Amino acid sequence: MTILNDRLYAKSHEWIKFEDDGTAAIGISDFAQHAMGGIVFVELPEIGDLLEIGKGFAEVESVKSVADIYAPVGGMVREINEELLDSPELINKDPYGMWLVKLEAITEKGELLEAAVYEQVIETEEH
Amino acid sequence: MSLIFEKSIQERGLTIFEACDVPIIELPVAQSRKIDLHLPELSENDISRHYTQLEKKTHGVNDGFYPLGSCTMKYNPRINEEIAGLSGFTNIHPLQPETTVQGCLEVLKTAENCLCEITGMDAVSLQPAAGAHGEFAGLMLIKAYHENRGDLKRTKIIVPDSAHGTNPASATMAGFEVISITSLADGCVDLEKLKAVVGEDTAGLMLTNPNTVGLFDKNILEITKIVHQAGGLNYYDGANLNAIMGIVRPGDMGFDVIHVNLHKTFSTPHGGGGPGSGPVGCKSQLAAFLPGLMVTGEEFFAFFKPEKTIGNMKNFYGNFLVVVKALTYMLTLGKSGIPEASRHAVLNANYMMAKLADCYDMAYEEHCMHEFVMSLSQLKKETGISAMDIAKGLLDNDIHPPTMYFPLIVEEALMVEPTETESKEVLDHAISILKRLFTQSHENAEALHQAPIKTAVRRLDELNAARNPKLRYLF
Amino acid sequence: MGNYIPATENEKKEMLRAIGIDSIDTLFGQIPEEMIIKDGLKLPEGMSETQINKKMTAMAEKNQVFKSIFRGAGAYQHYIPSIVKSITAKEAFLTAYTPYQAEVSQGILQTIFEYQTMMCELTGLDDSNASVYDGATAAAEAIAMCKMRKKNKALVSATVNPGVIDTITTYCHGNGMEVVVIPEKNGETDIELMEKELDDGVACLYLQQPNYFGIIEAAEEIGQRVHAANGKLIMGVNPIAMAILKTPAECQADIAVGEGQPLGIPLGFGGPYLGFMTCKADMTRKLPGRIVGETTDLEGKQAFVLTLQAREQHIRREKASSNICSNQALCAMTAAVYLSAVGPKGLKEVANQSMSKAAYLKTRLAEIGYDTVYDKPFFNEFVTADKGKAEEIMGVLVENGILGGLPLTGEHTGQILWCCTEVNSKDEIDALIQILKEV
Repeated sequence: MTILNDRLYAKSHEWIKFEDDGTAAIGISDFAQHAMGGIVFVELPEIGDLLEIGKGFAEVESVKSVADIYAPVGGMVREINEELLDSPELINKDPYGMWLVKLEAITEKGELLEAAVYEQVIETEEH
Repeated sequence: MSLIFEKSIQERGLTIFEACDVPIIELPVAQSRKIDLHLPELSENDISRHYTQLEKKTHGVNDGFYPLGSCTMKYNPRINEEIAGLSGFTNIHPLQPETTVQGCLEVLKTAENCLCEITGMDAVSLQPAAGAHGEFAGLMLIKAYHENRGDLKRTKIIVPDSAHGTNPASATMAGFEVISITSLADGCVDLEKLKAVVGEDTAGLMLTNPNTVGLFDKNILEITKIVHQAGGLNYYDGANLNAIMGIVRPGDMGFDVIHVNLHKTFSTPHGGGGPGSGPVGCKSQLAAFLPGLMVTGEEFFAFFKPEKTIGNMKNFYGNFLVVVKALTYMLTLGKSGIPEASRHAVLNANYMMAKLADCYDMAYEEHCMHEFVMSLSQLKKETGISAMDIAKGLLDNDIHPPTMYFPLIVEEALMVEPTETESKEVLDHAISILKRLFTQSHENAEALHQAPIKTAVRRLDELNAARNPKLRYLF
Repeated sequence: MGNYIPATENEKKEMLRAIGIDSIDTLFGQIPEEMIIKDGLKLPEGMSETQINKKMTAMAEKNQVFKSIFRGAGAYQHYIPSIVKSITAKEAFLTAYTPYQAEVSQGILQTIFEYQTMMCELTGLDDSNASVYDGATAAAEAIAMCKMRKKNKALVSATVNPGVIDTITTYCHGNGMEVVVIPEKNGETDIELMEKELDDGVACLYLQQPNYFGIIEAAEEIGQRVHAANGKLIMGVNPIAMAILKTPAECQADIAVGEGQPLGIPLGFGGPYLGFMTCKADMTRKLPGRIVGETTDLEGKQAFVLTLQAREQHIRREKASSNICSNQALCAMTAAVYLSAVGPKGLKEVANQSMSKAAYLKTRLAEIGYDTVYDKPFFNEFVTADKGKAEEIMGVLVENGILGGLPLTGEHTGQILWCCTEVNSKDEIDALIQILKEV
């Protein structure tokens, strides 16, 4: 299970990477994609949508499950990763390269974890 | 095997229709179809053999034991089919004058009466076409009841996490917010949790009893009272009615609204996924809201529309021919036969459970009702064999597997519902197969991971099916 | 009393012993005593097979089976080829459950896959589900597919079957969509009034083709206008007419639905019938209910399986947009066998004969003073005036074993909706006219 140090995580297994220009990309962790298995469909918000902390903003489907993706921060959707709409399996292949949305005008931040802390969260979930 | 389209030969066909005996009219070109229409062109023999081959690749109740939990796969008596095939039922137009359909109305009225008596409700509408449809209707009744009283703040439906997936989905369809409460380990309602969530916004509670773990919730009167005292209504999911017919009635447990599945409890065949029939019943204070048309009368029967009806759930009066089958069954069993069916459904389940308990872990140790749930999580830890593997192993033994991975509150669940129409030797055979698969899990797990091997196809690539959906044949 | 319990007294005792109890009653010990039914159900005692046979046959015989039917309005009498009945009576198809265990359900899964293909062919659209309860619920479900965050209004033409409009209204009261009925003008959707309702909030328009009065609507034009307002066009179609009538695909519809009963399913006093649903590929994931897809097994063999299941209630629970579990699998198979039996030419023959016979009946009725109300292109139904004696003529026709057209109500009181199909012969029609002449 890979966890990258260059970004932060939410307990609900999203990652978020802040850029210098004040925007941020959000995806799901390697642990999350692994737990779901083969991903078959992704539903993304629309550009301009406002995200609220803790509220679901996207859905990821595997063959027999569906997961809400919760917003780790508040902000406005600036870009969506359209590549995923046609090839959702890319999340399985490259969970940290495959952001779902990019946000701007970030307002508030929820509880964000450093890689090492997130690793502990995963360990407790596995047992 | 080839698709029917691949067997098609141009110019082949049946001779069914006589020549038109009036002048032939054609549609103006502007309104006519221009694109091709690919339908099979076959001889009657081709068609007959195609479907006969397909039937051989289908496991029905007639092919063998089918202990699919929560689905009540009991034997479907043939007299029901014969009666529902009578011309006096099949060739009746739904919009005939009432005087010409007295027999149909008598069927509907008699079925309404029987179902009221069995469920303890005051009125039943036969219009909903399936269990989920009846659930939706029932929730619309609850909605209409509160709206009619001007009580618009009741927007929440409480659903235990052990419930069937349709319950929360139906509540959403009816425009309610779903409040999920965690159940106790035995699937019963946690009274403290329930008390904590009921309030002025409670529209109702949805429950099935016996619950999805196969146990009768002893606190049922307390549960329904808590909801009533908060001003809510109690909804009974009739999926598990086969456990208690003629023994105890949902209406006497404090339920106000109910749906029943005629295709489960009342022996009508499932048809590979339908048509079913899911009548909705209720107590008198909700009767004015029932959907569709109801029947009144004793000698001469007539339709009437409930005064404040929620409207049509579908066109016409429900799946009438399915109701004919269910009525035939109810009248055949009658006063004593109906409870006897439930008693034997419960006996059979307990017998299997008792015989299997030395191998398999039961989700709960007490006597069960008409079905029981095994948890294979220990087996999986020890051997790597999952509920899915055992299920697939059963397929190689001509037994349809139990319901897998439900209820969600039990890990590696297999939910077994033998029904009353299976004989002891069928149960004994299934028990011995399940025990053998248990032993095999420890001795040769790899072979079980490979199962099934004797079926028409092996395990399927469901991931590819969902990722690259191919939902039709392309010509 | 009849029952289907195989257990003998001895076996019962053996089973109780294995459980470690003396009586079945012990198993019901969890049920609080005060709730148990004391004196049994208030129902008659059960019956033997011969008794129930007599009782139910007597009920069937109280119904009148008409030798001629000139009534449609949502349920149509067509000839059902023998092969259809023989195949749908096959016991494995009849008694199986939803094909969850694909390895032992390839037969059913393949029949549904073939059915889906045929529905796509009939309507011209891309994908089909495995069917829903009936045409009315298909219409209501199609409207729910179009609901979007900012689009919550469903337009429904007043020329739609009233039973369907009623069902749509029930469903929309549940899911919170607003239903606006677009008035009719001379038996057709009033396009001008429709135009006034087309705002940003319009999710879709539901149009029936041919409409309730049998008239062929200007579907393409209506579709263009709805699309211009970013709404979806849903067409409810008669599947028999699809053999000859411009398809939903050719009219640019986004979703097509309909009542599949005409495809080999008996009248059956209103059910079970078959709701079919097809759509353009961009809406496939919004289809409710079961969908069968093609895949392979682990040896690479072609196989079929229920797919796109994450849309469905058993996974999505309260987030599912529909709660439907069962489809009408056996009715879907019936339609597939019917279409295989009649083939493309046979279906066209049925459609043309139905239309031609309706045209002949209309002409004959006009000759004896039953004036046509709308002079519009129609398929196999049309409306005439009733000359103020609907009740009287229906009574006389019933005595003669004929089910006449349907007397309309409400704004259409004084009118009769007539229908012909291929089964109505010229002789039957002439006999009908002869009787009407004498009233």
